[in-house]
Amino acid sequence: MELEVMRYDPEKDKEPWFQSYSVPCEDDWAILDAINYVKDNIDTTLSYRWSCHMMVCGSCGMMVNGEPSLTCKTFIRNLPDKVRIEPLENFPIERDLVVVLDDVMQKLHKVQPYIIRKDDPPEGKEYQQSRGALAKFKQYTMCINCMCCYSACPQYGLNNDFIGPAALALAHRYNLDSRDQGKSQRLNILADHDGVWDCSFVGACSEVCPKHVDPAAAIQQMKIDGAMEFWKQKMGFPGGDS
Amino acid sequence: MSRQPYVRPFSKTTWYMRNGRYKVYMLREMTCLLVGFYAFLTIFALAALAAGADQWNNFLASQQNTAMIAFHAFALLYFLFYQTFAWFKLAPKAMPLQLGEKILPGSIIVIGHYVAWAVLSAVIFWLAGVI
Repeated sequence: MELEVMRYDPEKDKEPWFQSYSVPCEDDWAILDAINYVKDNIDTTLSYRWSCHMMVCGSCGMMVNGEPSLTCKTFIRNLPDKVRIEPLENFPIERDLVVVLDDVMQKLHKVQPYIIRKDDPPEGKEYQQSRGALAKFKQYTMCINCMCCYSACPQYGLNNDFIGPAALALAHRYNLDSRDQGKSQRLNILADHDGVWDCSFVGACSEVCPKHVDPAAAIQQMKIDGAMEFWKQKMGFPGGDS
Repeated sequence: MSRQPYVRPFSKTTWYMRNGRYKVYMLREMTCLLVGFYAFLTIFALAALAAGADQWNNFLASQQNTAMIAFHAFALLYFLFYQTFAWFKLAPKAMPLQLGEKILPGSIIVIGHYVAWAVLSAVIFWLAGVI
């Protein structure tokens, strides 16, 4: 297989360029195996992130033939003989296939992704939650922060201030959690111009998500929630915190 | 060692040409042009109706030539594919239904939309005297 890999050395290069490597691949290899082969046997200067090789750590997200993909999950047998590997779109390139994720890390923090309580936690025992209450948000807990969704999202490409798919899905995960009482506290961030309303439902985030989190669904549900909360507040009803 | 992250250009005018997924999205968004056209057409129709029987009949005649019928047929198909079918398919994302511990499959919501569509269409056809 021929791998065309985008290279960028901030100390030497003005802009990225492509380098080709011929890799003798096995049939059961994922793209990450081919990149590891290059690093181990052909070119030790190639920089990229990876860790678990089992779709858990979310480090190895890259563009594979233009598609944001988790490279440990993208198998060579399903691809043509020539494959182009680039760093995730919509992010600045730090070096080679490594991108700068600082912006998304701040956004994940900004949506307050933790259980917020207005009253005291139950003394000496844990919060109780039914299986039905867990089912409401379980899918949104599957996110591994691989950032393929941000890479697929043209709205994030157009406006970097957009909070974006993974962080919004994470916020929705906590809004739906029966133990949480922070929905109205998050509303100011989520219902802001750069929150859910910047999403025009392209749906690409959900299509590329390797863990089937479906962030587009979370965002559309939050639009409905946000509109309901707006009218509730306008009409003087109490907020919707559980 | 200094950090000099490289920011790739993102074209604000041609980004949607990058892949098929974005193109389909733009085709869906372009239904707004047809919505705009039909909004104007409705205003013209109301103005013609208010101006009297002759004007109204002229308006009706203007819609019955081959070019206009072909345009209306194109608009109907375009709406069906890029608005009706597309949004019905996406509806379960915005309103998931839960029964006890299980989230119901999205197909139930999609089928519900088609049934509601058929019933409403039948009512409109009935009101229009077609059935």
